[in-house]
Amino acid sequence: MTETPRSLSDLFWTFTRMALQGFGGVLPIAERILVHRRQWMTAKDFVETLAIAQALPGPNIVNLSLMVGDRFFGVRGAAMALAGMMLLPIVLVLGLTVLYQVTADLEITRRMLLGMSAVSVGLIAGMGLRLARTQGHFRAGWLIGAAVFLLVAILHKPLGMVLLAFGLPAVVLRWWQLKNGAQRSSYDA
Amino acid sequence: MVRSAHLMMHSPLFDLLIHFLMLSLLATGGAITLAPEMHRYMVTEMGLLSDAQFTASIAIAQAAPGPNILFVTVLGWQAMGPMGALATTAGVLIPSAGLAVMVNRISRQHSDAAWMRALRQGLAPVVIALMLATTWILSEQWWGEFRILALAVVSAALVATTRLPPLAMILAGALIGGLGLLDSV
Repeated sequence: MTETPRSLSDLFWTFTRMALQGFGGVLPIAERILVHRRQWMTAKDFVETLAIAQALPGPNIVNLSLMVGDRFFGVRGAAMALAGMMLLPIVLVLGLTVLYQVTADLEITRRMLLGMSAVSVGLIAGMGLRLARTQGHFRAGWLIGAAVFLLVAILHKPLGMVLLAFGLPAVVLRWWQLKNGAQRSSYDA
Repeated sequence: MVRSAHLMMHSPLFDLLIHFLMLSLLATGGAITLAPEMHRYMVTEMGLLSDAQFTASIAIAQAAPGPNILFVTVLGWQAMGPMGALATTAGVLIPSAGLAVMVNRISRQHSDAAWMRALRQGLAPVVIALMLATTWILSEQWWGEFRILALAVVSAALVATTRLPPLAMILAGALIGGLGLLDSV
């Protein structure tokens, strides 16, 4: 049996608590709270909802929040869960931004931000590499990935055009492969 | 339609909003895949931000709790203040949020459907390529600065091979930078 949120404000604060605990990724915390602590959904339900959230455009965690909120309280619930996920974190991140701006002329700020920036750029690459390790099954994917990298990173082509030229065919190709019995990927897990 | 709206309301803020509204539905695999396009628009094309400011926005967002999409809010704030933050955040969120709620109602039971798996698996290489492209574009400002690039490479290796918390790594970066270890003088 699963529980339900007591009220819109319960929904808001639960998502706020989730967001505030998530540094560099809210998803693991979302699972802990939604499935185990509050028991608003089963583990299977969580995985299935996340799968849809990942397939859709937009941040996974934001899509997931919207879908959970919508399930319990309709559009108001979706809005409330989104607000919970974003509002307080926005206040905090803008606080940091203002701190950065008012001290931008100081040498120490410039130096610290340089170090943080280098690590951040590394984090993005590392996440990409981690994801790449799960990709053995989709051979054509390597070619498609290389083409996208070349067009975006080196030739600075607009994203819309690149997605149309490579993202769409990749999805169609993968759909065709899956229909003909290709294996499930670990990216799904 | 968008074109004529441009002509009527010739404000950079309105352009920013429109651009981010259009980007929203292209955010496959999370917001960071939009970074190259945002960089192209805000730094290269419009000159709203410097390279350092753009990268700092991502660093600041990663140092704060919450979803990674917050870097979009910081970008907007740095470019045009509170209204800029509102424009970029609302722009990037509203279309994809609307779609998520609509799809949620249609297909709660179909997460296993072939088309959805095809979407995720087919786009995965694109997502990976866009993350690496983001890295490339943001590193270009540091070409020739060996220590900074080395710190980025070591961070990437640590993320790929360990479970170190990202916040700890960013704080370590702040410390390393703060001590002046990255300055080439």
